[in-house]
Amino acid sequence: MPSRSLLLKLASAVIFFGAWEIAGRIPVSYAFPTFIESMEALGRMALDGTLVRAYAETLRPLAIGVAISALLGIAIGLWIGLTEWFDWLFSPIFVVMQAAPLAALIPLLVMVYGIGLTSKVFVVCIMAMPVIVLNTAGAVRNTPHSLKEMGRAFLGSRRDIILKIIIPSASPIIFSGLRLGISAGFIGAILAELKITPTGVGDIITFSRSIADYASMYSAIFSIIALAVIFLNLLEKLERTLFEGNVRGYASD
Amino acid sequence: MAMLQTEPAAAAAGTGGAIAVSVRNITKNYGDVEALKNLSLDFPRGQLTSLLGPSGCGKTTLLKIIAGLLEPTSGEVEVNGRPVRGPGPDRAFVFQDFALLPWANVLRNVAFGLELRGVARSEREAIAARYIREVGLAGFEKSYPHELSGGMRQRVGLARALAVDAEVLLMDEPFSAVDEQTRRKFQEDLLSLVKNENKTFIFVTHSIEEAVYVSDQIAILLPRPSRVSEIIRPRGLRQKDVANIRRDPEYLDIVDRIWASLKSYVE
Ligand SMILES: Nc1ncnc2c1ncn2[C@@H]1O[C@H](COP(=O)(O)OP(=O)(O)O)[C@@H](O)[C@H]1O
Ligand SMILES: [Mg+2]
Repeated sequence: MPSRSLLLKLASAVIFFGAWEIAGRIPVSYAFPTFIESMEALGRMALDGTLVRAYAETLRPLAIGVAISALLGIAIGLWIGLTEWFDWLFSPIFVVMQAAPLAALIPLLVMVYGIGLTSKVFVVCIMAMPVIVLNTAGAVRNTPHSLKEMGRAFLGSRRDIILKIIIPSASPIIFSGLRLGISAGFIGAILAELKITPTGVGDIITFSRSIADYASMYSAIFSIIALAVIFLNLLEKLERTLFEGNVRGYASD
Repeated sequence: MAMLQTEPAAAAAGTGGAIAVSVRNITKNYGDVEALKNLSLDFPRGQLTSLLGPSGCGKTTLLKIIAGLLEPTSGEVEVNGRPVRGPGPDRAFVFQDFALLPWANVLRNVAFGLELRGVARSEREAIAARYIREVGLAGFEKSYPHELSGGMRQRVGLARALAVDAEVLLMDEPFSAVDEQTRRKFQEDLLSLVKNENKTFIFVTHSIEEAVYVSDQIAILLPRPSRVSEIIRPRGLRQKDVANIRRDPEYLDIVDRIWASLKSYVE
């Protein structure tokens, strides 16, 4: 029931923020503000335009990187999943990419692409793309053999079988890859701003920490997490409208 | 109990046009495994032929070769005199594991074969609705496969195969995953389907009773090496009332005979 799940979400939010407030009041650390202080700082930055300017900056590499990762990632994943030799050629790249310590790659990226937008988009993509590619490829390869055979028996073309059988069958795993990839992309966007050049939300975090304005720092972190959660919820809605029957469960029992 | 006939494997073909599907010297190897060896068999038009044999003797392999889903290592399959090169509109398949799309409702699943053939939506849904009624699933058009019992799922699979109106219906142990009561109902329904639809049925089963109950012709397949060991035509049974078949002496006699020849292959 949607109302019940909403209530549960609200309850867990109340518990989490309550714990934050209490931890801030004890205080756990001199550098840890209360929830209310942080929200005040957030309200202040929202009103004076700091937040809007920061997000205008941060969202650019994030949006471009996430869009590239989603489109290219799904396309490459489909391709890897559908063709033997492509799997052999490209799969290792994404496995390495997923395992690579990003911080170690950033100096390399900066050397090649400078400190501008390109490097930041790359960081987002490196974070977001591998899990999208690998999930998509795995899901495509695991399409039940008998469904593909059924498609052939009823005269489906290769294209029909991909569009009407393989992709819908893979969609739950593709979407879970998208969710993981996009959350990683959010982390990548902030990481890029902390490690390459302090701009946008990363700049608020760096600057407010340097002047010991911890309430602003935590409110900036809070805002990016909130944005990620909202975005992931929207993605879930999209999945539901696109593949209604899938969410209703599988007849594999 | 006279009407029982046994003939050698490569039975002489009947009169011209009486044979819908003809399998000639099929051999199929999976690597080192010899699944079928030099197998020949004719399937009379408008009749139901069972492929009966212990599991692993190559029944599914043969059926998929006829369907054009598998390539034989050597040999030919002809449907209406034309060699099979792949799946075709003259054949429809009912899968042992149903092979329904879990994300599609009953209506779309039944219409799926027509959808793949490019039939317009309203037309294919009208046809599908008719076959959904015919297999007794009226009212379940909007249900999803996971909401149905095994027997109902196989009715969806059957309706999907009927909806494309192929001359030859290939059924791979369609009733093996449903409970005994449902299975008996299915067998009765299958008999009336054979009578009313002018189609050729090729029906795989490992149940002797089922084969004798529904078949015009039974091909007994034996493993190692896989071959057609016997063809049995329980002709007398087809004239009789379905309610009495299981008590009929001829029925019991044929079941016994088949069991006698299969017994030595069961560990
Ligand atoms: N894809 C495959 N690869 C290798 N061996 C197979 C494959 N499919 C079937 N076989 C083997 O071929 C033989 C016949 O299998 P099958 O046609 O499924 O028999 P049945 O349907 O009568 O149980 C079995 O020994 C089986 O192990
Ligand atoms: Mg089988």
